[in-house]
Amino acid sequence: MTYLAKPKLHHPSLPVNRLGYTRRDYEGTVSTLCAGCGHDSISAAIVQACFELDVAPHRLAKLSGIGCSSKTPTYFLGNSHGFNSVHGRMPSVLTGANLANRDLIYLGVSGDGDSASIGFGQFAHSVRRGVDMVYIVENNGVYGLTKGQFSATADRGSKSKRGVTNMDAAIDMVSIALQMGATYVARSFSGDKAQLAPLIKGAIRHRGAAFIDVISPCVAFNNHPGSTKSYDYVREHNEAVNFLDVMIGRGPITTEYAPGELREVVQHDGSVLRLRKLREDYDPGNRIIAMNMLQERAAKGEIVTGLLYVDPQPVDLHAHLNTVETPLNQLGERELIPGREILEHLNSSLR
Amino acid sequence: MPQPIQRINDFVIKFANVNGSGSASANTLFAKAILRMGVPVSPRNIFPSNIQGLPTWYEVRVSEQGYLGRRGGIDMMVAMNPQTWDQDLKEIDPGGYLFYDSAKSLPRSRFRDDITVIGMPLTEICNDSYTDSRQRQLFKNIICLGALSALLEVDPNEIAQLIGEQYKGKETLLKPNVHALQMGRDYALAQLKCPIGLRVQRADRVGERIFIEGNSAVALGAVYGGATVCAWYPLTPSSSVAEAFTRHCKRLRTEPETGRNRYAIVQAEDELASIGIVIGAGWNGARAFTATSGPGISLMTEFIGLAYFAEVPAVIVNVQRGGPSTGMPTRTQQSDLLSCAYASHGDTKHPLLFPEDPRECFDMSALAFDLADRLQTPVFLMTDLDIGMNERLCDPFVWDDCRRMDRGKVMTREMLDAGADFGRYLDVDGDGIPFRTYPGTHPTRGAYFTRGTTKDRYARYSEEGPVYVDNMQRLLRKFETARGLVPKPVLRKAAQATRHGVIYFGSTSPAMSEALELLETQGLHVDALRVRAFPFCDEVSEFIAAHDQVFVVEQNRDAQMRMMLVNECAADPARLSPVLHYDGTPVTARFIVREISANLGMFNIAPLRKLVS
Repeated sequence: MTYLAKPKLHHPSLPVNRLGYTRRDYEGTVSTLCAGCGHDSISAAIVQACFELDVAPHRLAKLSGIGCSSKTPTYFLGNSHGFNSVHGRMPSVLTGANLANRDLIYLGVSGDGDSASIGFGQFAHSVRRGVDMVYIVENNGVYGLTKGQFSATADRGSKSKRGVTNMDAAIDMVSIALQMGATYVARSFSGDKAQLAPLIKGAIRHRGAAFIDVISPCVAFNNHPGSTKSYDYVREHNEAVNFLDVMIGRGPITTEYAPGELREVVQHDGSVLRLRKLREDYDPGNRIIAMNMLQERAAKGEIVTGLLYVDPQPVDLHAHLNTVETPLNQLGERELIPGREILEHLNSSLR
Repeated sequence: MPQPIQRINDFVIKFANVNGSGSASANTLFAKAILRMGVPVSPRNIFPSNIQGLPTWYEVRVSEQGYLGRRGGIDMMVAMNPQTWDQDLKEIDPGGYLFYDSAKSLPRSRFRDDITVIGMPLTEICNDSYTDSRQRQLFKNIICLGALSALLEVDPNEIAQLIGEQYKGKETLLKPNVHALQMGRDYALAQLKCPIGLRVQRADRVGERIFIEGNSAVALGAVYGGATVCAWYPLTPSSSVAEAFTRHCKRLRTEPETGRNRYAIVQAEDELASIGIVIGAGWNGARAFTATSGPGISLMTEFIGLAYFAEVPAVIVNVQRGGPSTGMPTRTQQSDLLSCAYASHGDTKHPLLFPEDPRECFDMSALAFDLADRLQTPVFLMTDLDIGMNERLCDPFVWDDCRRMDRGKVMTREMLDAGADFGRYLDVDGDGIPFRTYPGTHPTRGAYFTRGTTKDRYARYSEEGPVYVDNMQRLLRKFETARGLVPKPVLRKAAQATRHGVIYFGSTSPAMSEALELLETQGLHVDALRVRAFPFCDEVSEFIAAHDQVFVVEQNRDAQMRMMLVNECAADPARLSPVLHYDGTPVTARFIVREISANLGMFNIAPLRKLVS
């Protein structure tokens, strides 16, 4: 029913958050993606995360590249500015936007074609610069909008709907993000909103490069037997290492660490990530352990999900560049233009 | 042997050096010392795509009359590079001078007998005075400079003064440099016949003018233009724009209370990311620019198209050079006109600005940010290697402290609260320019989704044909508005009424000024129009219409400016005669005069033929 406009009227009993917005205020227009598309579940998780975090919609900018995933920003946060940019180039546009105004939240939405193929370089470089952003890859291993070609995250040996077997090695986005220095790295599954929404919330509160790889089955082209990104396959192979709760508005607390059960991580902004650990041997504060664990589980055919790594004290691009607190787009003549006298002084030094 | 050339304050001297030998700083001292004597000079670096070892040249034209274009011909060669010896010798005009390092003797056959040869055992002097090999190399250049000051009567006090300024506070470097200078000078005065026929005499022809590279001027213009975000990727000859911006910002853009930066400069992973960062920043309300050259433009074109359709301000500095790969790219050209004017897929056109010298680099750089914001579109500043990487004498920079940044049509929170009808692509004023909002402006109004083409006046998704056409027509109206905002061309009327005209632009300017004077002395009268921007102002069409024949002088093979004039002004191609110079060296007055006078001859104006000969 995508040709019908969404009704704007809200049920009076809909709960509101601290800003007085209902969940509906965080929605966008009706999705034009296929019914059952994993991406729509991710959009719903984004809506839930923003609602629960009391994000002012206009204080968030959503940016995307090109592809099915990159179309989704129209379907959530209708009161936020959005930018549907160039295929594979969302990271650079987001970086520029972030440089212009450090006060907003930047949500980059991309797909596996967008970020693992054409935009692989920009993905890697934006992460290694430590751009303060939430970078979500809606990963279905396939080019949906051009009808079913393999993407670079398709597993070797997986079969396309047309029966072709992929012989190229797969790019594991979370491994790359870890390698490139992302300070918040998670993986989840579009079919598991209970896990995904808190991961997004934690990422929003993270003041550095946060990357979430969300496996998101493509119902049209990658949900058949032989696919390793289908709902069935992912449900069977999903190996969650932890579950996350994000708590806001508490003073910083020291890390309570109950082995095997619970670990709390206080992020730079005071938010608390409460991790219910499913595996005792897993420490999300250690990048090397995270990288090893990913390789070991992958060898066993397991898809590890959860918060894989977090650095609670990230350093972002603005810190590297030593920029002023005031957003650059709010500086005026007084701050920016040195004036006539200085120019005349410069002139005399050039004679 | 012909009579040795005798010229005061009017000659060309060329230094043949080895790249990386430390010659650049001595060369600059030479040029600046003459400037300090009140005599205009215009130096040019001719350098290879190399850091160390390959030949490099520094050509200085000394011209009391103030001709700053490349003249052509060499009156004196300072041949310090054995590798290019034969070629360098060949270049000297008959009657000219050769200065060389005679420490190693060369057979007579390697010399010419129609020039004055001045040998000085530079290596020997250095080896006797210094033990450290690096010092030997560096001071050789200064000793040579000392000798030249005696041979050409360049005031040594001016050189010493410059050295003093250069090494202010670094006494350990200052003294040995002055000593080396004196050593070279003393040797020349004692052992060589000083002065030679080429001499510098104090004059008063420099005035208030300043001496600066175009790239540095562009960067300073960006500071004064309010740019806060710069993203770039290293590419000769544009890199020094970003490097100079970094330098200027460090001095001029630090928050005094905190020591923090009121700017962000990112060396990106490639040109795709550079322009992406610029567009993201521009979209979000910061003034942003990138500096690149032809190959970078090629990589950026997809993004440039997006910025055109999404109507995002961006400033792109293109320091033009020869084509792809390495080699010719360290030479100058004006060969990216078409690739910039119509950059990208779909129907696009973009404003271009053509500065003639560093002063206009500064002015137009600052202006470009106003234009980009006002027009909400990418604006190109089209310089080239000749202006960009050579120090050029030009009028001093001026700034009016009352000037305010023109941020264009930006809808504020107050306007939205007052109920303004916000349509991102709605032409409210008939000038084709819609209002925009910055992200973060208002909690419930003014947000929009930015896309390339597929949208209606209110930025809603639409694939409807008429909606697309409506938008494209508005973009044309906007381009018409641009025509009235860009700098107007500069007209220079000939002394007598004439049916002949010439159109030129950018770095051709100094050579053209000189050519026009030369033509005039030959009785050839040509009106001249210096185009300063695209879209072309009405004055350009009027100029073409007012003349039977218009020469279009440009530094590329395909007569790109002429092509644009034919297309954009609907000019009759038969009336536009191309004058094309594209061997990588800057165009000379001699070349222009030769081409124009020969062609005027072809047009059957009999009396002129005799005059030209």
